[in-house]
Amino acid sequence: MAITEQELELFKAIGNNDKGAIEAVYKENYSLIQHFVINNNGAEDDARDIFQEAMMVLYEKSRLPEFELTCQIRTYLYSVCRRLWLKKLQHSRRIETQVENFDRIVQVEDDIDEHDKLTIQYQTMRTAMGKIGEPCKSLIEAFYVHRKNMLEIAGFFGYTNADNAKNQKYKCLVRLKKLFFAQYKKA
Amino acid sequence: MEQFELTEVVERYLADEMGPEEKYTFEEMRKNNPELDQTVVEYHYFLEQMGRYGEIRRFKSNLYDTHHTLQESGEIKELQLTTGGRIINMWNKYRRVVAVAASIAGITALFISGMMTIFTPKTPYRDIEELRRKVSNLEKQSSNQRAEFNKFRTKIAPGSDVKFGGTSFMIDPKGYLVTSAHVLKGAKKIYVQSIQGEDFLAEIVHQDANSDIAVIKINDQDFASPKQLPYGFTRIQTDLSEAVYTLGYPKDEIVYNEGYLSARTGLEGDTMSCQITISANPGNSGGPVFNKNGEVIGILNARQASANGVVFATKSKNIFQLVETLKEEDKDINIKLRNTSSIKGINRTQQVKKVQEHVYMVKVVLG
Repeated sequence: MAITEQELELFKAIGNNDKGAIEAVYKENYSLIQHFVINNNGAEDDARDIFQEAMMVLYEKSRLPEFELTCQIRTYLYSVCRRLWLKKLQHSRRIETQVENFDRIVQVEDDIDEHDKLTIQYQTMRTAMGKIGEPCKSLIEAFYVHRKNMLEIAGFFGYTNADNAKNQKYKCLVRLKKLFFAQYKKA
Repeated sequence: MEQFELTEVVERYLADEMGPEEKYTFEEMRKNNPELDQTVVEYHYFLEQMGRYGEIRRFKSNLYDTHHTLQESGEIKELQLTTGGRIINMWNKYRRVVAVAASIAGITALFISGMMTIFTPKTPYRDIEELRRKVSNLEKQSSNQRAEFNKFRTKIAPGSDVKFGGTSFMIDPKGYLVTSAHVLKGAKKIYVQSIQGEDFLAEIVHQDANSDIAVIKINDQDFASPKQLPYGFTRIQTDLSEAVYTLGYPKDEIVYNEGYLSARTGLEGDTMSCQITISANPGNSGGPVFNKNGEVIGILNARQASANGVVFATKSKNIFQLVETLKEEDKDINIKLRNTSSIKGINRTQQVKKVQEHVYMVKVVLG
């Protein structure tokens, strides 16, 4: 089936972290994945986790300039979920690895391997962030996660001006960098 | 240059915020100073990771919000498994094989249990006292209580022969409880009574005399499932001397007791259970044994008659095993044992407050 222009736009918007696009894809595809997981020995929570992880894969792909979507989002998501769920079943139990098919599938093994690598990197940073302590953690999160500007941060954390907040941020970054590379070498 | 000033410079350089002149100077410095160059490379990687971390966190939180919104608006619904299609097909296909396998298993089991009876040394059963409570006085006392708990009329028909009582506790919010199997001996009807004094009708899901665990399920329209249990279950072997506590119904109200793990095995080296030193009385049977983290380590079931304070508990490991088997046998049983306790780290009194809601008295009506 050919991919419509609309579909490609939606795919691009996912990469831009567009809330509307996320909601549209969620609405369109969640129940398929939910049926698939629950009919294959999964629970409600498993369905949600698997679906959200597949959305992460979609997001990562969308941000890669060299990646080209060659099938519908639905097919791609389903293929990723199917693969992820199979892996999880194999991992947790000796359950037979045949699962019911609900839709057509495409090859996604490499994409998932790539995703696993990115997840490890993400976890390295998350561990480092977990170790840094307050107020550094909140400060760095305010800047890098919640995208607050230095003036807002200064107000929120009670620094007299944006420059003070900035200095504090850089001190925190130096510490985080040390923790990050310590963790990085371990991983 | 101070470390954090360098950070700022590198960040500006990487974000391409430098003026052409400054950029040129900086690049020259990089060329002549390999140490600086190395630092820039490191920072580049680090800041890239930091940025990615932020992006992912934002995306994840958007996913989470979306899921929540769609659930609120009813566009995502929890799915009830309705189609047993594949299972049924498999059943039809393999019915014969299953029948043959089951008979072989049955015969083998009979044979082995026969051999066991012949060869097992006679255990001194007199020395062990199962802690279920004879409830001849339960009726009398609870009539006072009933006045107190007027809002909950007892469901037990007057004149019913409530004979034995014990304790049980919830293992899954859907209404699954465990207790000691011996508590339910000869039961025709089972009621469990909550800490508020409300009776619920329950039915036996499974009884395993060997591990002395029974799973029961509350089957009562008045029962409102809790959202989540505060405690989890641990498979990890508890250490000697580790502090433990239990809640139970040796009388008509809930009773707390604490003690410690005194041996890793139960009576005569029984590895399925462990020995704790705690004060327990008839009626405590089926009660949960918690460690300091508020994790269930076992089910209290018996005490040694000839010794003081020596009590035995079936290890949690057996609950896990039993639940696994049950799930394999019957796909409708969906028991999920939590692995983590949300009450870990809070003080004992607060833990008990949270836990006691899920500990029930068992009332057994004999036929």
